[in-house]
Amino acid sequence: MDTRPIKILVAKPGLDGHDRGAKVVAHALKEAGMEVIYTGLHKTVDQIIRIAIQEDVDVIGLSIMSGAHIPITAKLVKKAREEGIDDKMIVVGGVIPNRDIPKLKELGAKGVFPGGTPFSEIAGFINENAKKS
Amino acid sequence: MGVAKYTKDEKDRITDVTLQSGIHVKACYGPEDLEHVGFSYEKDLAEPGQYPFTRGIHAEGFRSRAWTTRQYTGFGTPEESNERFKLMISHGQTGLNVAFDLPTQMGYDSDDPMAEGEVGRVGMAIDSLRDFEIAFKDINLEKIGSGLTINAVASIMLAMYQAVAEKFGFDPKRISATPQNDILKEMIGRGSWIFPVEPAVNLIGDTIEYSINAMPRTNPVSICGYHIRESGATPAQEIGYAILIANAYIDNVLKRGYDVDDFVGRFSFNLNVFGNIWEQVAKFRAARKLWARNLKEKYGVKKDSNMYLRGLFGGGGYGLTKAQPENNIMRGAYYALSAALAGAQTIALCSYDEAYTIPTPHSAIISLRTLQLLMDEIGLRDTVDPLAGSYFIETITKEMETKIEEEMAKIEKVGGIVQAVGTGYVQRLVSQQAYEYEKGLQSGELKKVGLNIYTEGEPMDVELHEYTGESAEKQVESLKQLRRERNDREVLRTLKELEEATRAGKNVMPYLVECCKAYATVGEMTRVFRDVFGEFQEPGLF
Repeated sequence: MDTRPIKILVAKPGLDGHDRGAKVVAHALKEAGMEVIYTGLHKTVDQIIRIAIQEDVDVIGLSIMSGAHIPITAKLVKKAREEGIDDKMIVVGGVIPNRDIPKLKELGAKGVFPGGTPFSEIAGFINENAKKS
Repeated sequence: MGVAKYTKDEKDRITDVTLQSGIHVKACYGPEDLEHVGFSYEKDLAEPGQYPFTRGIHAEGFRSRAWTTRQYTGFGTPEESNERFKLMISHGQTGLNVAFDLPTQMGYDSDDPMAEGEVGRVGMAIDSLRDFEIAFKDINLEKIGSGLTINAVASIMLAMYQAVAEKFGFDPKRISATPQNDILKEMIGRGSWIFPVEPAVNLIGDTIEYSINAMPRTNPVSICGYHIRESGATPAQEIGYAILIANAYIDNVLKRGYDVDDFVGRFSFNLNVFGNIWEQVAKFRAARKLWARNLKEKYGVKKDSNMYLRGLFGGGGYGLTKAQPENNIMRGAYYALSAALAGAQTIALCSYDEAYTIPTPHSAIISLRTLQLLMDEIGLRDTVDPLAGSYFIETITKEMETKIEEEMAKIEKVGGIVQAVGTGYVQRLVSQQAYEYEKGLQSGELKKVGLNIYTEGEPMDVELHEYTGESAEKQVESLKQLRRERNDREVLRTLKELEEATRAGKNVMPYLVECCKAYATVGEMTRVFRDVFGEFQEPGLF
């Protein structure tokens, strides 16, 4: 059995600079035993994909507060497919109205965690669903 | 720290309270507590309108002037924002607080690939002076002051505000803009930074220096403890960091050979309101006092009115919940109450739907009505500093002062705020605190109605502001039209002059005004700065 920890990239795509949520979740996942890499702010989708490949992460977590979660997620999923890394699980968190959750899942986000989701729920979901590459 | 701590016995009686800033609260206060903290009426309180201004900056408080109501507004195209501005003014709002979209805040034009999906989303899209001409159409800029929520490119927006005022025939000496213009706080929280620390602070120095003569009624910088708190800081850290940041901007202008009394009177503050009501009131009162003392003792400020901490006390975003959103209306009312009890000059509230998206007209007007109701209906204008003299409030105001000073000392110890932001030290302190707070919220140690207690009941739904790509398309179209119609030679000439001035280390403001008047775009002007200054490299991680 593979005992190495799950490796997750916490990413801040686009121009939104609100990183409280991303950093707090990064702390929590680290405490839950995962290996966490945080991209820092203002990353393009291409940059995120590149880091995900370089670091060979199992999961890409997007944190989006600006309301642009749908176009950004769509772009990331498409790019991941093009780069042949669509085996990596994509999850999305941030200021996300409930009505957008089904749309995000349809686009290819495996898990969606609006602000206020308990850490245990996020970590539990990732533990259960991430496929280690 | 983390969250406020309440200890209870087996009968659910509260046995101990410690506020978020670390202040211990007792069950009852009396004269001995004032004695214990060394309270002196003359030194710590004095009359309202007198140094150290603990009781407020005006002798008669809200009797002489009610607070300005200034809801954060703006979205879509300049046309749509202009309509909303006028709606808010028609409902009695007395100042504007302009929201810009992310591309504008980050210095990208609406047709830049970096702007994709973001044009007009969280604020209005501004590409050139033509957009300002539409956004501020039919608004009397000599009567209505405008807060401009812009930081990295605040110098550009301030120049554009002057240009639009002149175009409309208003005297720049009589207009009042309050660009946020606080880049150090962007680097601590909020994240709309572009340039490295030093040139970014220097741009702020340029706007302050320029405003002294060109726009003397403008408040060129609004120091935002607000976002630092939103990012996780405690109330004591919020004020401590804000004062240190303000000092960094003062130092920049002093180096240029000015007397501190020439400019510091135009500084203003933007502070947060959520949390324990007593802690907030104590925080605002202690902040006024510490700011005045800092200016008098450290900088030798002479004129009393230059020592005023004038503030927008408002927002409260992080206190609001997505769960049971209508409860946020009540939260907002109590937050505004704490601001009013503490003598705010300006109040704005996050609207109840802001945990979802930007406000609808309906929710924005509820926030405005909340502020009007406090002002005109329940007696908050009756007397100045109504909580003064309370054994409890005066004791914790003194204690808050000490806590703030402790937070300031920690930063001074590692080389000061500019250094501490550059290395990411402050960011790490704040994010650690945010994590502790979140854990407190999730464990139920911090109680939130509708979120972790009293969660039963009907699910509440909110009507949400809709973003459509249409505004973005319109904006890009109108930018294309501008590029066709403007005088390219004039654009190139003014941009070239801006570049030369920037490289020569001159004050860029007059050059920016010329660029704006030639209809150079925000992206083009920012490009000049990006080329000369480079970009901020984010330190530390989390």
